[in-house]
Amino acid sequence: MDSFTLLAHGFAVAMQPLNLLYALIGVTLGTAVGVLPGIGPALTVALLLPVTYKLDPGGSLIMFAGIYYGGMYGGSTTSILLNTPGESSSIVTALEGNKMARAGRGGPALATAAIGSFVAGLIATMALALIAPTIVKFALSFGPAEYFALMILAFMTVSAAFGDSTLRGLTALFLGLALGLVGIDLQTGQARLAFGIPDLLDGVEVTTLAVALFAIGETLSVAASHRYGEEKIEPVKGSVWMSREDWSRSWKPWLRGTFIGFPIGAMPAGGAEIGTFLSYSVEKQLAKKPEEFGHGAIEGVAGPEAANNASAAGTLVPLLTLGLPTSATAAIMLAGFQQFGLQPGPLLFANNPQIVWGLIASLLVANFMLLVLNLPLVGLWVRLLSIPRHWLYAGILVFATLGTIGANPSTFELGMLLAFGVLGYILRRFGYPIAPVVVGLILGPMAEQQLRRALAISQGDATVLVGSPIAVILLVLAVCAVVVPLIMRARGKGKVLSALAASED
Amino acid sequence: MTQESPTSETRRPDRAALVIAAIIAILAAVIVYSTATAHGGSATRIGPSAFPYAIAGCLFVLSIWTAFEAMRGDFPAREEQEIQPVIWVIGGLAAQMLLLHITGFSIATGLLFAATARGFGKGPLWMTIPIGIILSFIVWVIFAKGLQLSLPAGPLERLI
Repeated sequence: MDSFTLLAHGFAVAMQPLNLLYALIGVTLGTAVGVLPGIGPALTVALLLPVTYKLDPGGSLIMFAGIYYGGMYGGSTTSILLNTPGESSSIVTALEGNKMARAGRGGPALATAAIGSFVAGLIATMALALIAPTIVKFALSFGPAEYFALMILAFMTVSAAFGDSTLRGLTALFLGLALGLVGIDLQTGQARLAFGIPDLLDGVEVTTLAVALFAIGETLSVAASHRYGEEKIEPVKGSVWMSREDWSRSWKPWLRGTFIGFPIGAMPAGGAEIGTFLSYSVEKQLAKKPEEFGHGAIEGVAGPEAANNASAAGTLVPLLTLGLPTSATAAIMLAGFQQFGLQPGPLLFANNPQIVWGLIASLLVANFMLLVLNLPLVGLWVRLLSIPRHWLYAGILVFATLGTIGANPSTFELGMLLAFGVLGYILRRFGYPIAPVVVGLILGPMAEQQLRRALAISQGDATVLVGSPIAVILLVLAVCAVVVPLIMRARGKGKVLSALAASED
Repeated sequence: MTQESPTSETRRPDRAALVIAAIIAILAAVIVYSTATAHGGSATRIGPSAFPYAIAGCLFVLSIWTAFEAMRGDFPAREEQEIQPVIWVIGGLAAQMLLLHITGFSIATGLLFAATARGFGKGPLWMTIPIGIILSFIVWVIFAKGLQLSLPAGPLERLI
């Protein structure tokens, strides 16, 4: 069957009234939480995971798709109306968007961000549907050695390639890998690093770690640095509709942003930010009025916003087809799959096509819903921005602990949440990235399994790891991902890389 | 950042970063110790201890690298921090953890809510604690009754 037939089947699943309701709840919650300042897409997904615990897998993943896209939309509203320095997911949107809002053009800025996100989401999700079967066919020929090489590449791009320090990226990654060791070894049943504590035998929960690092770590860091006093919300004056000139200046950046963002998200390159920075500089180069950049150029909102959403959809390509999470958000989504015993990857396409294609179709449905939800109702979301910081962070902590208690109401689990929260604060304080810790935790045990499987098949012969051209290419790329940035930094070109930093989602 | 900046000559060793290097080294040692003292299970060629040893080895290297950068003062500059708000928030989380099974979800979480608000400078507690408890109770009703999550009940929750 070709993609379109499969996608049509997916729509049959997604259009069932109950699933439409799940999608609507998902996008509404996702937008509402994503709009809150200080909450990026990764935390939105982690905080809302407990809402989906009691649903069936299909419905839960559909709601999840809505939450994911909703969180992305919500984040752009925040960065346009509130120049949040800590918010990483759409820094670039804030550059021009906040300037537009200050100049009284907040409405068109929100509109071009929403419509651009819609266009990008639509094209990128279709592209996902088109290329996924091809990658799945290709991935079915992968053995454990190729998977292991792929995971090493993902480790290195997520931790070392971008950001301002190879050392701190790698340290964060290995911290995650060390946490991934805790618990019962999958192949031999031996307990590792559990120190005789029964609660540790199941290992460290990805959601506990993610919620603690993002929510509690962020709360502690904001509280300690008194960053919360100075923010100013720009009111949305006048119409949210775009003028003819706005349209003609926006549509090309939307398309360019999409075509820049999607491939970057789809490659195991980690993070959505790289695409937004590239799109911003492309638009600046091509703009008819480059002097407007820095003072509120609509192209500088339209392009990066489209790139942001396109790479969010792109991230789903390695996640769904290979089971490879390349961002913290994707790692949490993978945990969401695993709670139902579903392992994303080529076999999921073969065994549960209705779930995969239902999910992809739901992404398209969610995208339509978000356009409707965001354009006319933007005033409602804006009100969420004016929640005072003390209530906001108090509420964030209530929901952060709620998720953990709901999954496992034990004092020990809350203790881990607190400990990881303090860890998150320390990591932030010393400039360590957060995403590699989460990715390391979930991907580490998977990489170990593939490595041991490969060596078991070859009867201990380690050359099997470089036995196929694909594995060799992937490993060479992984080495480059560490070495090239080190050389660039040594030559004083580190600024480019830290500008491209793949940060927290 | 690792690139050379004009001030890097004058920077002094970063003590906090040296402590981090030491903690990473200790973490590596704990992994090695715990793996070496575990028994059984290594019937396969590459057993359950290979990966931990590899990770511990890498952590040792990273620890030395961190110490090296700490000596050169290569860590990014840090903002001034206030410790009191951090203590309020951590205290709130600890209180919730300890009280959860004694007082139930609403009261324990209400205290967390009030302590966090206090950390962000919002008081007084006699006002924020009741607000927190009422809010947590509403959350409990929605999630425990509506979505069937198992949230511990206390005296307050048993009223309904």
